[in-house]
Amino acid sequence: MSDKRFLSGDEAFAEGIRLARPQVISAYPITPQTIVVEELASMVERQSLKSEFIHVESEHSALSCAIGASSVGARTFTATSSQGLLYMAECLPYAAGGRFPIVMMNANRSTALPWNIYGDQRDSISQLDSGWIQIYVEDAQEALDMALQSYYIAEHKGVSVPVMVNLDGFILTHTYEAVEIPSIEEADAFLPPYVTDNKMDLEQPKNMAFTVGPNLNMEFHIKHHEAMLTALDVLNESDQRYGKVVGRRYGGAIGTYHTEDAEYVLITLGSITGMARNVVDDLRASGVKAGLIKLRMVRPFPGDQIVKALGLAKAVGTLEKDISFGAEGTIYTNVNSAFLKNKRVIPSYNFIGGLGGRDITKEQLTECFYKLREQKEAEPIQYIGLAIKEG
Amino acid sequence: MKQVKLIEYEEPKTWADIPWATCSEAGILITKNAGWRNERPVIDPKKCIGCGQCYLYCPDGVISFAEGEVSIDYDFCKGCGICSGICRRGAIRMEEER
Ligand code: SF4
Ligand code: SF4
Repeated sequence: MSDKRFLSGDEAFAEGIRLARPQVISAYPITPQTIVVEELASMVERQSLKSEFIHVESEHSALSCAIGASSVGARTFTATSSQGLLYMAECLPYAAGGRFPIVMMNANRSTALPWNIYGDQRDSISQLDSGWIQIYVEDAQEALDMALQSYYIAEHKGVSVPVMVNLDGFILTHTYEAVEIPSIEEADAFLPPYVTDNKMDLEQPKNMAFTVGPNLNMEFHIKHHEAMLTALDVLNESDQRYGKVVGRRYGGAIGTYHTEDAEYVLITLGSITGMARNVVDDLRASGVKAGLIKLRMVRPFPGDQIVKALGLAKAVGTLEKDISFGAEGTIYTNVNSAFLKNKRVIPSYNFIGGLGGRDITKEQLTECFYKLREQKEAEPIQYIGLAIKEG
Repeated sequence: MKQVKLIEYEEPKTWADIPWATCSEAGILITKNAGWRNERPVIDPKKCIGCGQCYLYCPDGVISFAEGEVSIDYDFCKGCGICSGICRRGAIRMEEER
């Protein structure tokens, strides 16, 4: 029997992790992720979760501990945010290249300088090339469900790659909503125990985390890359399985809303999606054929799926809380590359907003759709919600 | 203190031969590492009393010491001469590599 409770995104995520029964948790608190760590620590204390909780002195150690634990075959969890993720950066490709299926929650938060603790997505997006699967969730329910499903994807034999699940800082980590918590029986029926031969074992001694010279190094990376691509299908498989056992489904790497006949489509990731859906509803009511694509997975990147979902749309806008300084929004770069690969010619705009926690309003989202429709402004990269407008 | 038994290494030929993770059975010797040795240590068994000092001091761990017998693994000895310096019996001579 599932249980319904009023939870924040962080708390919901912790509930999902409890249901996955990780054997080792190592984490260091950082705003706005702290609540996850606190919740899990008290679950271990109260023994509602039987797990080794390792208090570490830094994020670098948190992920190093998780790698160590994973290398003896333990299911492991860690969580971080912003500068903490950047401090972990050295360990990210170790975990990924070593093919250790660690699950990490990242509370999306701005990076310094200027110093700021509010939400944007520059932290995780800066680490897209680290070899981790990256998932973005929209609400607390999806956060809980993906905490559990991430282990299924990460530990899947054809994948074996760590997963980072991203929750918008504060907007999602700290706001409350009614969340359905599956029973432990349902969780156990969904998620099989972690079994691997990629582990240290006294009976079968292994040479682990080894060096490979230029003669074969590239082949290891190609294998890793191909395993990542497999995760697009494994997410679908996980979604179906979860639907059967728990009764909730989200679809695969993208979620679509009214794209079938849409003329103007906005691509979103994370918590802004909910409001964007309302905007699509309003626009549709006033006769504008608006549609929405929610990116659930950014690595592997579902480029072909996006192009297919766009159908005959006339213009597309990529909304993101990220900027690759001196270039453009990184998601926009990825989306445009997918168009080119699929020989799809379409006016493509980049709406950059929400940096450092700047609010994005319903009016601004509506304006994005109007810009797609009118295409008057030549500049394809546009900032939304700037406080200073005049020169 | 015996040398580990090594498994013959075969160069991968197909994608399936490449391990899926950085993980393989232990003890596969992939490369030897002795190319930078200018001098090789040679033990004179007549002078050696089997004290084990060279075994303890060798920074590469390439001297094995079993039942009073010492031997050097030349596939990995880097030729630093520490063993020769530490041996009080003068039982290890450094010979120029050709
Ligand atoms: S230090 Fe000299 S005497 Fe002692 S075991 Fe080594 S070679 Fe023999
Ligand atoms: S020369 Fe150096 S590396 Fe070689 S056996 Fe002696 S101490 Fe070890």
